[in-house]
Amino acid sequence: MTTTYPFDAESKDDELKSVGTPAVRIDGLEKISGAAEFVDDIDFGPGLLHAAIVESPHAFARILSIDTTAAEQAKGVVKVVTGKDFPYKFGMYMEDRYIFAQDHVRFAGEQVAGVIARSHREAVQAAALIEVDYEVLEPLLDPKEAFAEEADLIHPDLGDYTHVPWFFPKADTNIAHWRKIRKGDTEKAFAEADFVLEDTYRVPRYAHCAIEPHVTVSKLDHADRLTVWTASQSPHTQRHLFAEALAPLGFTHKDVRVITPYIGGGFGGKAGVSMEIMGAAMATLVKGRPVKVRWTREQEFYNTYQRQGVIAELKVGVMNDGTITAVQHRLYWDAGAYVEYGANVVNAAGLSATGPYRVPNITNDSLCMYTNLPPGGPYRGFGYSEFHFGLESHMDRIAEAIGMDAVEFRRKNAIVEGDELSYGAHMNPSGLIEAIDKTAAAIDWGVEETSDNPDTVIGKGMALFWKAPAMPPNASSASFLKFNEDGSINITVSGMELGQGYLTVMAQIASEVLTVPVDKIRVETPDTDRNPYEWQTVASHVTWSSGLAVQKAAIEAREKIFDVIHQVYGYEDDSLYLENETVRCKTDPEFVKPLREFVIDGIQTEEGTWRGGPIIASGKFMPEFTNANSDPETGQGGHPNVHYTVGATGVVLEIDKDTGRVWVRKAALAVDAGRAINPDLVKGQIVGGLVQGLATVLYEDMRFDEGGKMMNPNFTDYKIPTAFDIPDEIIPIIVEVPQPDGPFGARGVGEHTMIAAAPVIANAVYNALGTRIKSMPVTQEKIAMAFREQQT
Amino acid sequence: MEVEIKVNGEDWALSVAPADVLLDVLREQVGTKSPKIGCERGDCGSCTILMDGRTVRSCLVLAVEAERHEITTVEGISFEGLSPLQDVFLSSNAFQCGFCAPGIVLSATELLEQNPDPSRHDVQEALAGNLCRCTGYEPIIEAVLEAAKGGSA
Repeated sequence: MTTTYPFDAESKDDELKSVGTPAVRIDGLEKISGAAEFVDDIDFGPGLLHAAIVESPHAFARILSIDTTAAEQAKGVVKVVTGKDFPYKFGMYMEDRYIFAQDHVRFAGEQVAGVIARSHREAVQAAALIEVDYEVLEPLLDPKEAFAEEADLIHPDLGDYTHVPWFFPKADTNIAHWRKIRKGDTEKAFAEADFVLEDTYRVPRYAHCAIEPHVTVSKLDHADRLTVWTASQSPHTQRHLFAEALAPLGFTHKDVRVITPYIGGGFGGKAGVSMEIMGAAMATLVKGRPVKVRWTREQEFYNTYQRQGVIAELKVGVMNDGTITAVQHRLYWDAGAYVEYGANVVNAAGLSATGPYRVPNITNDSLCMYTNLPPGGPYRGFGYSEFHFGLESHMDRIAEAIGMDAVEFRRKNAIVEGDELSYGAHMNPSGLIEAIDKTAAAIDWGVEETSDNPDTVIGKGMALFWKAPAMPPNASSASFLKFNEDGSINITVSGMELGQGYLTVMAQIASEVLTVPVDKIRVETPDTDRNPYEWQTVASHVTWSSGLAVQKAAIEAREKIFDVIHQVYGYEDDSLYLENETVRCKTDPEFVKPLREFVIDGIQTEEGTWRGGPIIASGKFMPEFTNANSDPETGQGGHPNVHYTVGATGVVLEIDKDTGRVWVRKAALAVDAGRAINPDLVKGQIVGGLVQGLATVLYEDMRFDEGGKMMNPNFTDYKIPTAFDIPDEIIPIIVEVPQPDGPFGARGVGEHTMIAAAPVIANAVYNALGTRIKSMPVTQEKIAMAFREQQT
Repeated sequence: MEVEIKVNGEDWALSVAPADVLLDVLREQVGTKSPKIGCERGDCGSCTILMDGRTVRSCLVLAVEAERHEITTVEGISFEGLSPLQDVFLSSNAFQCGFCAPGIVLSATELLEQNPDPSRHDVQEALAGNLCRCTGYEPIIEAVLEAAKGGSA
């Protein structure tokens, strides 16, 4: 049985004019000329106030008292706020956070108070005058310690928290959510397997490191309208959460407006709501004055979402012919102090922790553990990067143990269309085998290479990846489209241009349907008062979901255009078509009507009256085949994921045997985009995502001290790649097995490109040195130490 | 105190405090917003500007140090249309979010002025002080090499 899709998107390969071309980004000129405006670039005039935040130095403590007297009297201070001003909870999937800490702080860096002043300097100086008395408690920093029965409770009221119905928190424990998958009979399969491998892999926390820090400006005007300009991936979700959290103050959705200009990178870190809610709340106390909160680089590291750490206990059983028969994956997630968003990372990983393989017997336990570290949350890859490290390392080890080529082993087990997924639904069409073969060919898999340098060795590695968008089953997208007098088009949507090229792709989709060139289409960034709804720009779903909404709006506009022509000239709608911005007719080759002649003013009839008028249209998309209702004990019965995007990554690297230094000589990455609406932009995602993934395994390393305080919250001590730290050669490979319900067959690729980067390095290091490293990052130091130990 | 600074060809007399950094003064008093605030400690390069034709991180320069110097930002090099380098950046879709772009355009402009025929290594070295989290640098490096091939910046 395969999934049937409700909306069969039009896709006639050979006729495509705009879709499939490397169109120049519609935001390109703004960005290379300095014109592109980010939140911090907007002028708010002399009334602008600045806020500084007082943070907890302790990872776990009871707040005994807060003395704000001195700060209130300091020069330039307009208002000082604490948790008492806003005793309101908020959260994306589970309401477990407060705007400012109430009686406890649960991570080092948590916001305790805020100072609003006329200048940023005055705000910072006054914030230093606030005295907070704490009773320091013993922090829980390890997810397995948090899991232990005798562990202290980080959230004693967990049982009372509001959450989405597909979460299963355990009251009176630190388990905020437990996603279970039980399929087949794993115990029996392990007993009957020819070979079973069991091991533990560790993945630490990581930071997004968008170059633009979080920044938000909020203003409550004298008519009680709250406007928030913010660097966010989620304007509508932010409006919704602001309106809900601040409802006790009398706000409704129509009173709250979120405006999001360009953002300087997101990677998941600007999804949902984090620091922005402080700005929105503080503005309500200084009516008429805009308040800016801008995170420093340090705050950007420790008080936004971090990528969660995980301890992965993995057991896989295979037969001698290489068939995988069982997977048992137990994931202890270090989800941090608040899991309002991060628990869904845990959920997503639990649903898909077999990786892109056909597995008949599955036991997955994905455990969302509260710890006293900063809140975990969405990060490009959404849990998949984390569990793929162990899983794809394991697959190499199993192949070697049973004497099979690692690529052949993966090919044999690779999931294909129609295969049953862990939760009982079926796999969508996929080009996984093609991706494997093309990646292997690109790195000359199977051909041993030796180094000319006696101090270095060459290694090769392969790893596969898959990922589905993780979203509520009814997450939806919408679009408005209008023509202008000259036949140009304005489109409004509420997906965010994060850099991925979303606005350009939306323009290309509309261009394809309406034959208007991309450079005559403007697509605007969101303003929740004016742009139609979009859930969020996360999950690599907007090309697919928002793309469908734009495609539908364009189709509706085309129908309206044909209807006007029909009314005036009598041609049947189905005889009409568009070509080069004109309406043409199959039954009357002489008929040519340029769009610009009537899309605003309409067409005059022989009687002198007019027909038509401004062509406007809307489109929306919601997946109507998904549902998140599954049995909490088995995970069976629902259809939580819309589809998976798959692919493969391969590397050739050179390692210095003495120092452990790694040079990635060649990297290849194939991803099944379904259809590359803009191949340039898909390649951009492949190269950028791969380098970001390689950084997590080769360079980046988040360190905390014994008290749970982050020790390296800056770019000097937390190394992200520079222009020197990239592979010598990257080969991007686009596979196109169409997604039946995608716009022109497209599916998302944004997150996927970093998922296999870590295991592919671990596998290549093993291939080069025979050294298996089972904890990330795989740094130069770790390689050198492990290799040295192996030699002795 | 009063300082005189030339910004993109225009003379400015600005009243600044001794501790004011040039980046903030450019953004808040001159209204030149292309140099961005990314780390405020010279790590990320998004505040890169040209001071007398040489790149500096404007977050590490005090406004008073810019007295009687000539500052150029990316707005300043775009007045009379895009440079050939910007043209290649645009046509090759070299940037993504664009936050680092103003700094990188200036670093690459400086490179091509000093070395019209750079190697890949030269380009990497010139850009090593400008962090970009989106692109993986490859399309940017390729665009600079292509611009060099096509003539001067």
